Order: sequence, then structure tokens, then C-alpha cells
Amino acid sequence: MDWSAINPAFYVASVMVAATPLLLAAIGELVVEKTGVLNLGVEGMMIIGAVCGFITAVETGSPSLGFVGGALGGAALSVVFAVLTQFFLTSQVPTGLALTLFGLGASAMVGQSYVGIVPPKMPQLMSGAELNAFERIVLGHDAMLYIGLAIPVAVWAVLRFSRLGLILRAVGEDHNAAHALGYKVMWIRFGAIVFGGACAGFGGAYLSLVRVPQWTEGMTTGAGWIALALVVFASWRPLLIILGAYIFGGIAILQLNLQAAGSTIPVEYLSMSPYVITIFVLVLLSALHKYGISRAQAPAMLGRSFHASN
Amino acid sequence: MYKLEKRPNPSNLWAYLTPFLALIATMIAGGIMFWMLGKPPVDAIRTIFWDPLFNEQFAAYSRPQLLVKAAPLILIAIGLSIGFKAGVWNIGAEGQYVIGALCGAAVALAVYPLEAWWIFPAMVTAGAVGGFMWGMIPAILKIKLGTNEILVSLMLVYVALELLSSMSVGVLRNPDGNGFPGSRNLQQYASAHNAEIWQGSSVHWGVVAAFSAVVLAYVLMSKHRLGFQIKLAGAAPKAARFAGVNPHVITAVCLGISGALAGMAGMFEVAGPAGQVSIDFASGYGFTAIIVAFLGRLNPWGILAAGLLMSLTYIGGELAQFIIGLPASAISAFQGMLLFFLLAGELLVNYRIRRAAPRTVKEAA
Repeated sequence: MDWSAINPAFYVASVMVAATPLLLAAIGELVVEKTGVLNLGVEGMMIIGAVCGFITAVETGSPSLGFVGGALGGAALSVVFAVLTQFFLTSQVPTGLALTLFGLGASAMVGQSYVGIVPPKMPQLMSGAELNAFERIVLGHDAMLYIGLAIPVAVWAVLRFSRLGLILRAVGEDHNAAHALGYKVMWIRFGAIVFGGACAGFGGAYLSLVRVPQWTEGMTTGAGWIALALVVFASWRPLLIILGAYIFGGIAILQLNLQAAGSTIPVEYLSMSPYVITIFVLVLLSALHKYGISRAQAPAMLGRSFHASN
Repeated sequence: MYKLEKRPNPSNLWAYLTPFLALIATMIAGGIMFWMLGKPPVDAIRTIFWDPLFNEQFAAYSRPQLLVKAAPLILIAIGLSIGFKAGVWNIGAEGQYVIGALCGAAVALAVYPLEAWWIFPAMVTAGAVGGFMWGMIPAILKIKLGTNEILVSLMLVYVALELLSSMSVGVLRNPDGNGFPGSRNLQQYASAHNAEIWQGSSVHWGVVAAFSAVVLAYVLMSKHRLGFQIKLAGAAPKAARFAGVNPHVITAVCLGISGALAGMAGMFEVAGPAGQVSIDFASGYGFTAIIVAFLGRLNPWGILAAGLLMSLTYIGGELAQFIIGLPASAISAFQGMLLFFLLAGELLVNYRIRRAAPRTVKEAA
């Protein structure tokens, strides 16, 4: 096998691209979980975002509008989840699964005539073959990648320093107390869920417009689930999401590079490595929590429905 | 103004009614969806739900297919429903299904071309054990370390799918297949073939297993102490612990049973309707079974009916593809929609909608 086929600057740059969809979906889900709601529909919202973003970009010719379309698509699907869990008081786990099952089917249906089309290209700050390593890694990306990096920082600042952040966390830690203080628990959660949907849709659009860039059925291949695992990995801390997403992106790109470089490990075993590593990370974290080396930071109300009796 | 009031006990009437209401709502919403795709909505719904059973031209072929497609769905959904009752979320049945198929087929391919009576029972056992082991991975991690079983079981689906493609181009590939991916066809290997039990009935051993699973699950959940403990652990985990129910045992039992049943379903499929281990063997039964379990309200008899209905939508969906050109994926969107309406209907079971008296000035102050 030929290690020299892997160029470090290209490697880092493509890790950043691979990490962005995960990062976006995970930061959205983090906000949702901070308010005490577990939305397992990330995979479904991502793929709807991927197909909506792709169609918008192809039809309008503008990739930026495509991202708006992707975010709107993800948000629209998350409204279904929000209405069901907040007003119909359905349990969150099966509702999230329903979102994923529906999203996978609906996206394949809507996108069937867009298979094999090349989407309009997102402009990069700097591009070309002659970029040096610094330019390629720091400047050689599209605007969305930088926005993706800014969102976790913004979420961190809002959760930590603003009144809104305090309210969001209060709802997630004790919804009865938040309700007693006069906050509209349902509507705060509703807003968080839609934000999460928009982020997942945004991430999905990044997948179909930049990362791949193409539309194929079921193209998220578990990215939404890995994003859910990332929230656990980051212990519900926004800035750690960036780190986690870059580690997972690094693994994904490494295994692809190994495949291309003709590694002796069979392709199938390389392809399963991101999933196996996700399991290992989850196991490692739960071991750390179990033996008291670190503490689980899950919001206290995570997964519980709220119904005000008066 | 209307408001929701929690019922002291879930309503039995609504529990029976909601699946039907959800189905009607799905037909209406699905009709709108098909209409937006430019397909005639009434024709589409009739093709999906009516033609597979009663169309003169197609019914003779599609009616027996109903059992063939329903069997794996029922078998998997029965296992899942036991876990869902206990709050153990195994959503990786698709992976257990694939591993069961691989193990079952591996036994047959290892002894090929030997003909013996014990081969088929050995395959069934291998399939069940394979699915069981795959299900025990999230179970053991959950018990020993508290790792989230939802994420682990789901990640293992992708691992199983990669193993499937590795096996079908590697160890299990047909040596006489001119290098094409895929194993020997088990339908042409008499001792391993999961054939029809009665000529023309399309009842294979998987169908028998599915019906037996329904009866056994009914006995377990309604007549046996373990079933009671499983339900208790889901409804009131604290009370269950005080009553001496070990939550670890419940986790292991639920994931073990659902893994074994999914594994058996995979084995019956690979040795029967599918015939061979191939890259595209996995067809999403493990995920659709989640819908079947909820459509049947986690009740064994309900799941029997729900499995047949869901199988009808699969066959009807294929007919609709053929007759009116409905895209194949429309049917999975349709099935997902059904789950939305089912969950929404749950509101009527647990809550009643009351007209709230308008608040007077005095009260508000």
C-alpha cells in the first residue's frame, strides 16, 4: 500500500468538509436535547434537507439558495415532530423513528428524477491546484463551512451567557419549575426542535451539495445517527461537538483514503470502521461514567413529555 | 377553548379504534401525496389495498404472496414489541436479520452438497443463535456499562450490512458462479430449501414460525410471570425494582428474544424467497417491523393483523408501480406516514378532550 498517495493538506481540507454535515446536525440536536427533548429523527431530517437543498440548488442554479431550501426542508419535517410530541404528547423515541422512516421514503420519492445530476458548485474563497497547505486548509473552503464552524460557537455563547440560554436550560433541567415560573415549556421546546431541524437540514444540504456532491437515495448512510452519538460524545457541550465532528470526519476520510491507496484491509471492513468506532466511543464514554472518571451531563428531563395539568 | 385532560385509565374503546382511524387518515393523506405526484389518488389507494386481494388479473398471484411477505414482518415485530413494552429500544432488527441469514446460510453452504434431514433444523438454530448474539452486543453493553442500546443496535445494522457484502463477494460466494457476487442458490439445494409445505399454498416454515411466535408471545405476555415483569419494567421501572424485577435480566431477555426472532426471519428468507446471500439481500423488513409493532399496538394478535396489512401495502405498492407507475419509494413514505397518525391517535387513548369553561374575570384574577 502506498502511504504517499495521501497528501496531508488535502487530507485535512477534506476532513473539514466531511465533518461539517455531522457538526451541523449534532449542534442542532444538542440544542433540542438541552431543552429536554430527544429527537431520534435526525437522519430523516438530514436526508430531507439533502434532497430539498439539492432540488432548490439545481432548479434555481444557486447553491446558497439550496442551503436555505435544505434548512427549510429539515425544519418543515421537524415541525411534524414538534406538533406530535408537544401537542399530541406522543412519546419521543417512536416519533423520532417515524420521522427517520418517513424521511428516508419521502426523500427517495421526491428526488428520484434528480439522480445523476451535478449540482451548481459552491464558490470557495480560494481554489486551484497551486494553493499552499495553509491556503488549502484555512481558506480553500466555501462560506457554509465557516458558518458551520460559527454556529457551535454561537450556541455555546447563547447557552452560557444569555437569558435565552438560561431559559432553554431551565426547561431541560426541570420543566415543572420552568412552567411554574411562567415560561411556555411547549413553545420553547417547539422552537428548539425547529432550530434542530433546520440545522440537520442544513447539514444534509451540505452533504448533497458540497461533500458528495450528488443526490442518491439514502445518501446520509447513518450520518444522522452518528450526529446523535456525537451529542453524547460531547457531553452536551457545544464546543466539544466541533472536536467530535472533526475526529469522526477524520476517520471517515482516512478509511476512504486507505481504500483508494489500496490497503490490504478489505473495503467492507474499512467502510464499517466509522460505525464500529462510534460504538467503541460510546462504550468508552459509558465506562468512564460508570467508574466515576467523568460525569454524564445529560439534561435531567431528556426524553420526558410535559403536560401542564392546569 | 378546549383542553386535554388525562384519563385515569387508558380508554379501551379508543385503543381498538385508533389503528383504523390512523389507517383512514393515512389513506387520505397518502392520496393527497399521490395526487401531488401526478397520480390518480383513488386508483392508487385502490391498487394498494384492494387489487392484491380481489383484482381478477393479479389476485391469484398476489394473495399467496401476502403470507410470504408478512411472515418476516410478524416474526421481527413480535420480538420488538416485547422489548418496546419494557422500554428496551432495539432498533437494529435489520442487522440481526442479516446476521441470522448469514449464519443460517453458512451452515448449509458448509455441508453442501450433503443431503440430510438435520440440515434445515441446524440452519434455523444457527439463524436464531446468530441473531441472538448480534442482539446481545447492545444488551451486554447496556447491562455492564449503561451504553445506549438505541445507538449501538442501530450502528450494528451498518456493520452487518458491510459484513453481508463482504460475505457475498468473499467466503460465501458461489465457487461455480463465474466470479459473480452472491452465494449458491439454496432453492436448488433440497435439504436447505425453505420450501412450501403444501403445494401452492406459499406457506413456508417461516410462516409457521411467525404464527407460533404470535401464540407464544401471547402466552408469555398475558399468562406468564416474566411477561408481567416485562410490562411492569416498562410501565413503572421503580415499582418493578421494588418488586424484585432485575432490569438487567429484562434487557437481556428482550434484546435476546428480538434478536433471535429477527435472525430466524432472516434465515427463513435467505433459504426461501430470497434463495441466496447477495449484496442486496437486506430489504428493510427490520425497520418496517417497527411500524408493524406499533400498528399492532404491541399486542401479538394485533401484530398478526398489522403484519398482514403491511404486507398488503408492499404487494399493493409493487402492483401500483407496475400499473400506474407509482415510484417504489412512495410506499415507504406512505408506511412512515401511517406511523405518524398511529402515534398521534395515541392521544385519544390516554387523554380526553374537554371543553374548558371560559375563565371568569374573578378566576383569572
